[in-house]
Amino acid sequence: MKRKLERRKSFIDWFINSNGATSVAVVFLGFLFGTILVAVVGKNPFNMFKAIFVSMVGQANNKGIWNFRYVGETLAYSIPYVLTGLTMAFACRVGLFNIGGEGQYVIGMTIAQMVALLVPAFPGLWVLCLVLAVIGGAIWGGIVGILKAKFQVSEVVATIMLNYVALYGSRLVSLQLPGATTYKTAALPSQAFLSKMIIPTSNLNISFIIMIGACLLYWFIMEKTKLGFGFRATGLNKDAARCSGINVVKNISLAMAISGAFSGLAGACVLLGGAFTSGRILAAQDNYGFMGIAVALVGNNTALGTFIAGILFGILKESQSLMQNMDIPKEITFIIQGLIVVFIALRSGLELVKQLREKQKVRKEVLAK
Amino acid sequence: MNMIISSIPTILMIVAPILITAIGGMICERSGVVNIALEGLMGIGACAAASTHYLMEAAGCGRYSIAVALLVGMLVSGLFSLIHAVASINFNADQTISGTGINLLADGVTIFASQILFHADRTKEFKVGMVVDKLGLYPTAYIALVVVLVAWYVLYKTPFGLHLRACGEHPAAAESVGINVRRIRYIGVGVSGILSGLAGGCIVLTQTIQYTSNTINGRGFIAIAAVAFGRWTPLGVTGAAFLFGAAQAFSVIATNFPALKVIPAEWFNMLPYAITLIALIVFSGKDYAPQASGKPYSGGAS
Repeated sequence: MKRKLERRKSFIDWFINSNGATSVAVVFLGFLFGTILVAVVGKNPFNMFKAIFVSMVGQANNKGIWNFRYVGETLAYSIPYVLTGLTMAFACRVGLFNIGGEGQYVIGMTIAQMVALLVPAFPGLWVLCLVLAVIGGAIWGGIVGILKAKFQVSEVVATIMLNYVALYGSRLVSLQLPGATTYKTAALPSQAFLSKMIIPTSNLNISFIIMIGACLLYWFIMEKTKLGFGFRATGLNKDAARCSGINVVKNISLAMAISGAFSGLAGACVLLGGAFTSGRILAAQDNYGFMGIAVALVGNNTALGTFIAGILFGILKESQSLMQNMDIPKEITFIIQGLIVVFIALRSGLELVKQLREKQKVRKEVLAK
Repeated sequence: MNMIISSIPTILMIVAPILITAIGGMICERSGVVNIALEGLMGIGACAAASTHYLMEAAGCGRYSIAVALLVGMLVSGLFSLIHAVASINFNADQTISGTGINLLADGVTIFASQILFHADRTKEFKVGMVVDKLGLYPTAYIALVVVLVAWYVLYKTPFGLHLRACGEHPAAAESVGINVRRIRYIGVGVSGILSGLAGGCIVLTQTIQYTSNTINGRGFIAIAAVAFGRWTPLGVTGAAFLFGAAQAFSVIATNFPALKVIPAEWFNMLPYAITLIALIVFSGKDYAPQASGKPYSGGAS
């Protein structure tokens, strides 16, 4: 009996202290509440999970041939989620809150379409588009870093402002591009598009490999370099880092720039990934940047976690149209994602539980004496 | 000159909801909680108000439906703001994360509700929204005026207002003189939720005929900008809301002015955000923001 009790206790301790386990629990809770909501409004939750299942493994058509198009679309959708997730994760590790992924994404997309339309087409044009988009995103993020480090401007407010400056700036610039109407520009040259791979019926393209490369790069910089050590030290305790000779101002600016670069890449990947044939004149935000916040939080700001969480969000995005066909409002996926973020915010309550347990433990030890 | 006067009602129509939301956000921050969920809360209020108004109009009781719709909007978005309150006050959550969560949740909940109620990704169009008075003004202008005056009076002329400001500056000191910090912060967050819902209802009942996912379109974030640019005081926030609201209005009515026609509307849209950013840089180093705003307070023990 006592043993059983102890085992249960150690499970609770393990659960509270494991970021991975609480992340899984948070996602589970999000889905649970979503399922209950669907059932409450009189729809069949089974259809919701069927749609999610199909976007994970594909579906057999009526001739019995397995169709992997859905899987390809899922993976394609997950590319921007993972990249904007890396944006948020990178900043978080340096103790910053970059909710400007949306603006950096818009800048990347805008630069990619400017390059595609204004530079004379040549084979490999897409490389130039991606590189300049990355630089654009880095500059847009770096501005915030400099403002934060030099002028103590809150990066939360600054990024919110820059998100909208980017959106309307993008409109101003894109409306001047060749063939611009109220919602699109002229068709992009074929050399600008990312080539498809593995599942040619879907939009899965080589940027998936680039995205995996970005995850590896993130892991390498953060965990294996002196620069990353400085970043993490700045994130853990700014003052201690400064006292040990780490250039905090430089680190914050550089970290925001690298962070923004990931989202800039995401913008270019979405534009050139095959879902669009011409440049875009954005009427509203695509929300990839905000979803990236959720992705990074679910993934605990690690490279692998962000990758897995990004795939999960890709699955949800792909399942939207399937759900709508099965009479489940597709917005349930937004609700699930929103709930996941809310539960992650509530996760900090576990700290209180931890403190309480520590107190109980100490009390018991004192009483035992 | 005539044209400027004739565009005042339009400007006030656009300023009013931004001002109402910004005052709510200001009260919330003065109590020590940062609320970046204003955008989402406005959406929830707008959706609830639009649905209520349509359903009551269809049921034939249109006479009181505007007032009831606004009240429902305030109630629903007030309830949603409690999520933020519980997370940031009881659970010491990161307030930016829980605010972001509510913003994402609002995108889903509002359209989900429309899908269930109206089988479309928007609410059904109502026939008559708010009507203008003899001066050509919508009632929202007066509502905003009342909100500002009451907020100023309560914040600076009542003991409660003093307590609320103390909680935002130094919660430990406030608690040491017997102020219930958690209760005050709950009220701060709740007020910002209720006012955001009111503003959402005002937008939907004056500027459009239904709720869509584009109805709010960044106005909640403009309100956040107005709070920072107005340096967390009622007068400053009012001035900022007027400036930003006028910029928004000009993007709509610039076509009436030959001199302004040549400027693309996007410049006016961008203005509030750019001005706020520049102001934050210029005023940097001087602390106008409430000292404890955004920091969880875990009670006297620490």
